[in-house]
Amino acid sequence: MTATLSGGFRDAPTQSARAFRAILDALSRPGTIQTLSGPVTPPAPLSQAAGTLLLTLADATTPLHLAGDLDTPAVRDWLTFHSGAPLVGAGDAAFAVGTWDALLPLSRFFIGTSEYPDRAATLIVEMQDLSPNGARLSGPGIDGHAFLSLPEVTAFAANHRLSPLGFDCFLTAGDRLAGLPRSTRVEAA
Amino acid sequence: MTDQSYNFAYLDEQTKRMIRRAILKAVAVPGYQVPFASREMPMPYGWGTGGVQVTAACLMPEDVLKVIDQGADDTTNAVSIRKFFQRTAGVATTEATSEATIIQTRHRIPEQALTAGQILVYQVPIPEPLRFLEPRETETRKMHSLEEYGLMHVKLYEDIARHGSIATAYAYPVKVEGRYVMDPSPIPKFDNPKLSDSPALQLFGAGREQRIYAVPPFTRVVSLDFDDHPFDPSKAPHDCDLCGASESYLDEVITDDSGGRMFVCSDTDFCRTRREAGHAGRLGEAQFSSKKIANSFEGICPPTGDEA
Repeated sequence: MTATLSGGFRDAPTQSARAFRAILDALSRPGTIQTLSGPVTPPAPLSQAAGTLLLTLADATTPLHLAGDLDTPAVRDWLTFHSGAPLVGAGDAAFAVGTWDALLPLSRFFIGTSEYPDRAATLIVEMQDLSPNGARLSGPGIDGHAFLSLPEVTAFAANHRLSPLGFDCFLTAGDRLAGLPRSTRVEAA
Repeated sequence: MTDQSYNFAYLDEQTKRMIRRAILKAVAVPGYQVPFASREMPMPYGWGTGGVQVTAACLMPEDVLKVIDQGADDTTNAVSIRKFFQRTAGVATTEATSEATIIQTRHRIPEQALTAGQILVYQVPIPEPLRFLEPRETETRKMHSLEEYGLMHVKLYEDIARHGSIATAYAYPVKVEGRYVMDPSPIPKFDNPKLSDSPALQLFGAGREQRIYAVPPFTRVVSLDFDDHPFDPSKAPHDCDLCGASESYLDEVITDDSGGRMFVCSDTDFCRTRREAGHAGRLGEAQFSSKKIANSFEGICPPTGDEA
């Protein structure tokens, strides 16, 4: 019970502001890796970065999907207590969090409509590790090109072809975070 | 000192989360206007309520904030917004472009090149570039979704047919990453080239119209034009009369009723920095600010130089 109630922001206005700026930096500069070290300590297996991101952005108005092994009572209770986000199936989710394999198939997630592309889902992909090598990224936010260790190339390349529709991604590992918006072109290096 | 009666940066946390989600979607779809539930702010619509909400959602305690209005740090709008965040967020403020981490602006992009890590927040009155051509939101939304921008080119063509050149001088429409046509807010078209490939993140907030949009760093922004009438980022063909700069955007100040006038940099920080570095223009010996000169002619403060 104590584990559920603890591990949130201690001073939400300033700590979530710092977290948001790291998140904003990650998404507006794909290929860079930000650190979300703060007071947020979510229950395992949710990473610190994913937990911080959800407490910064999710609330009662954002349906949340927990994929695969992340859908444990401890994680459910913690997120419900701290964010109030309703837990839903993949198709209704504004945010979805899980490992890459657990999130598949990606066609389950909402990609927005041509008149409202902003309504697309945001996926948080829990990774073992994040490093600035692997797939080649280019597009808005990137000076020339950048590299990022993605779980696969094809799915992100296909998602970019849907642009301006498509989901947006955050990749998390421990307290590290990278962003991958639908606007980024992804190729095999 | 922070005003403890308010939450950090004035807005409540629920509102900030909503605005932050809108900002992230705006970054993911460059140039697309994301609807958001704009709040009433303690200032009237048209005074930058959209920009203030975006700034409030982005501010962190370590930030250094600069606010400009038409390039000037010392005009009413800029001073009151700067004081607002000093009171409600306790952040440091500056007038120097290079020292700022967040710059909120009304109708100008600073002359000094922005750097990575800076955020430029624009106050936007009418975010929809097609609004004066098509008043119905349902139709403009459809036009954006179908990438149907013929009407905008017709408007620019009619400018040429009537005036011989594209007469739009501010809020000049741009296309972002080859997809969305975007209103860059009423910046002079002189500033349009600075929108493209900037190392800084550019966020746009329209409070009354409830829209947020963004141009991420290193994003291609092209001003609309025709092959035989290429885009021309024109400015007054003069040098600044105070600092002598030939490359900055100028304000024209009428100095008497017999045709006297002077041109001064619209960017006060740029002009002051140059004068402090020893540059001088036609009237540059007297080291007072361009605003003081303008005010002296309106009787707001007494003239302090011989030119007056």
